[in-house]
Amino acid sequence: MSLGSESYQLLSKIATNDQHGENSPYFDGWKAYEKNPFHPRKNPQGVIQMGLAENQLCFDLIEEWIKNNPKASICTPEGVCKFRDIANFQDYHGLPEFTSAMAKFMSKVRGGRVRFDPNRILMSGGATGANELIMFCLADPGDAFLVPTPYYPGFVRDLCWRTKVQLIPVHCDSSNNFKITREALEVAYKKAQENNINVKGLIITNPSNPLGTTLDKETLKSLITFINEKTIHLVCDEIYAATVFTSPSYVSVSEVVQEMKCNLDLIHVIYSLSKDLGFPGFRVGIVYSYNDQVVNCGRKMSSFGLVSSQTQYMLASMLSDEKFVDKFLLESSRRLLKRHDKFTKGLEEVEISRFPSNAGLFCWMNLKKLLKEETIEEELKLWHVIINEVKLNVSPGSSFNCSEVGWFRVCFANIDDETVEIALQRIRAFVGKETKKKIEVKRWQPNLSLSFTSTRFDENVLSPHNHIIISPHSPLVRAT
Amino acid sequence: MGLEIEQEHPCVELSNIATSETHGENSPYFAGWKAYDENPYHEITNPSGVIQMGLAENQVSFDLLEKYLEEHSEASTWGKGGSSFRDNALFQDYHGLKSFRKAMASFMEKIRGNKAKFDYERIVLTAGATAANELLTFILANPGDALLVPTPYYPGFDRDLRWRTGVNIIPIHCDSSNNFQITLEALETAYKNAESMNMKVKAVLITNPSNPLGISIQRSVLEDILNFVTRKNIHLVSDEIYSGSVFSSHEFISIAEILESRQYKDAERCHIVYSLSKDLGLPGFRVGTIYSYNDKVVTTARRMSSFTLISSQTQHLLASMLSDESFTDNYIKVNRERLRKRYEMIIEGLKSAGIECLKGNAGLFCWMNMSPMLESNTREGELKLWNEILNEVKLNISPGCSCHCSEPGWFRVCFANMSEETLELALKRIRDFMNNKDRKDIGI
Repeated sequence: MSLGSESYQLLSKIATNDQHGENSPYFDGWKAYEKNPFHPRKNPQGVIQMGLAENQLCFDLIEEWIKNNPKASICTPEGVCKFRDIANFQDYHGLPEFTSAMAKFMSKVRGGRVRFDPNRILMSGGATGANELIMFCLADPGDAFLVPTPYYPGFVRDLCWRTKVQLIPVHCDSSNNFKITREALEVAYKKAQENNINVKGLIITNPSNPLGTTLDKETLKSLITFINEKTIHLVCDEIYAATVFTSPSYVSVSEVVQEMKCNLDLIHVIYSLSKDLGFPGFRVGIVYSYNDQVVNCGRKMSSFGLVSSQTQYMLASMLSDEKFVDKFLLESSRRLLKRHDKFTKGLEEVEISRFPSNAGLFCWMNLKKLLKEETIEEELKLWHVIINEVKLNVSPGSSFNCSEVGWFRVCFANIDDETVEIALQRIRAFVGKETKKKIEVKRWQPNLSLSFTSTRFDENVLSPHNHIIISPHSPLVRAT
Repeated sequence: MGLEIEQEHPCVELSNIATSETHGENSPYFAGWKAYDENPYHEITNPSGVIQMGLAENQVSFDLLEKYLEEHSEASTWGKGGSSFRDNALFQDYHGLKSFRKAMASFMEKIRGNKAKFDYERIVLTAGATAANELLTFILANPGDALLVPTPYYPGFDRDLRWRTGVNIIPIHCDSSNNFQITLEALETAYKNAESMNMKVKAVLITNPSNPLGISIQRSVLEDILNFVTRKNIHLVSDEIYSGSVFSSHEFISIAEILESRQYKDAERCHIVYSLSKDLGLPGFRVGTIYSYNDKVVTTARRMSSFTLISSQTQHLLASMLSDESFTDNYIKVNRERLRKRYEMIIEGLKSAGIECLKGNAGLFCWMNMSPMLESNTREGELKLWNEILNEVKLNISPGCSCHCSEPGWFRVCFANMSEETLELALKRIRDFMNNKDRKDIGI
């Protein structure tokens, strides 16, 4: 039923502006994937989705738990007796057993080093809803939040679209491992002031998306000091907290504020089960605030995005099964580490450098050496090549507002082992080809002996810009 | 954490939205709920507690749902013959599960006696009608603009339509002189009223069947409203969340039917809100939908629904349930019948206590006229009576002023959220109260 689109239809400014963010290149890759999705048998030449930060490594554990706990569902014969009460339950305080179980779970994820009060837990429609909700509580239209770069592209929509809050980037770069420095914060803050923009807070993601690293205690302390001095809020998006797979171990903001003088009214945590448990479909977003007024107001706002009581009920049961949770967190960590190692080893083999990480569902890969020039245009060109020729949907650093060109985020936890192999093969093939194209022969290595037949590798290369050296010992040379 | 924080630090401000009262929770509508929460009636453990009659919930047909689940546990759980848990847990596409949208479209058609067709591609899913109404407002109006809403209206609109959107509600006044019907005159007056306050009117929002009136809007009135919004070049939002609660199916006319009869001319300005909270009695599941005849609104609403998607687990369950035609046909029929019986029971009961109600044909409540009982024909008089009913009679009912009714003395009384026994008891309490009042008047 398509209706003629005659003139007219005045919609709001919000409806007609671009702030939903879907015109960002971040989504072009997804579109390419949707048009031609990889399938090992049905479409082996399709695009492999490596732009989606999902955690698919532990569903078997969950499915086993579900099978063994039919009472957790209000649809099974064992659980249907609770159907009526649960279906009727719409209290925005949430099912008490759910908020308790969430508080316990959040504590476990932080190694029991912090306790959370279930009464401070607010629900919302996923972390997407949670981030928007906290902005509505803390900032007025036109106010600003500082956000360290690179950051999740969805923030533009989540934090700004309907709230009319603006984001002020705090520039971080690889010269000091993307550390969020006091200087960078001050520069951003000052810039805002000079432009008469009212800064209401700082939002950080810890563990970081897209970097895949956790903040050290010292940095957290300095951030807390900064926001206290300026009397602005600190929002900590901790949705990847349980994806930490190796040392250093996770330090959350909740732990640090226990150890230092801080105005707790300024501290707010965003959480979700979309990444840690792999449940993005269930829309479980949490705002945890140490500020009573925010809890009060935020709770009323949660009416716009409550978690389905059916889902609350099931998760309450699952997350309060301590044995299961302990086992899950351990195993999930182990599998993430394994997957991370497999993937990064593959990258190392083709000398693709990456930012060393200890968390997350992705790798922050540096392809600067494959760029003709260090510009965003070249980065996007390279990216289109990766999508259309290499057939991998990865995310370009520019879509994360990264101030350095050449970085790409590659997700590795949303595909199976076999697909990871294929992705690595494609990367290997591509890098070899690109290496050849990048030729600016400054010197050549007569001793280089190439033992494979592919014509792509019949030149010696050294590019002063890209520092690729194919030496006789390079695994690339030995590849057949 | 429960820590007492010394207030030595400079006071850090929250947003204007956070500190405003536009969330509306200080209305008497909610004060009654608090009284109930503090002293809730229970048949055995608290027989003299407050009976909750301020909550428009439908609890009369749960057995039908439970029976369905008992007989179809395979279809509604994971594993067999359909998507696995994993696929479901991962599904976060804001288009929504196709099977669910198809089932919703079909259900909405059935409720309207198949007198209108719905295209499942025009269905946008939100977490409840609360979110749907707010979302539409964000799309149709800018801060400072106005929506025209007939009074009396659902108290939650003050929050849903205004709070975070910054949009204003201008009332379209309706009164008992013509059974609270919306007139062209009232529409024009409201429109001029908005203009005089320099507000741009962006839409008319009607609730059909009406909450709190419990009646469906007549065809001729719907035609008038549609002509009005077309003339003014504004939108029309029809909140039809009680459409499945009309006691007799042929009595409900949806705006969808009117549009179809006009071959969808000017349909782009129309948008329907629906939900399963009332008709299916599932408020906990947060199932709301926006059905829009405007492509741009559908696209934008879909994007915005990212903030408020329906749990995929719930979509999966309901897709299966609502696509079972024999189940839905039976449910719709039986639910209507039971609601009608309840309605008749309460009307009779009130009548025998000497209280008249507006003649209704839908909903989970009746609109009761207590104006003869008021000490003074004012808002204060109404609130005074309300307090008496809450604290002495121990019934939580909703005063008309909380619904912005321009005539004092009317009350909304819900009847579908309790057992028949409890309803009997509530009616008895009302009878006793009225008898005592009579005695007092006579001076006994």
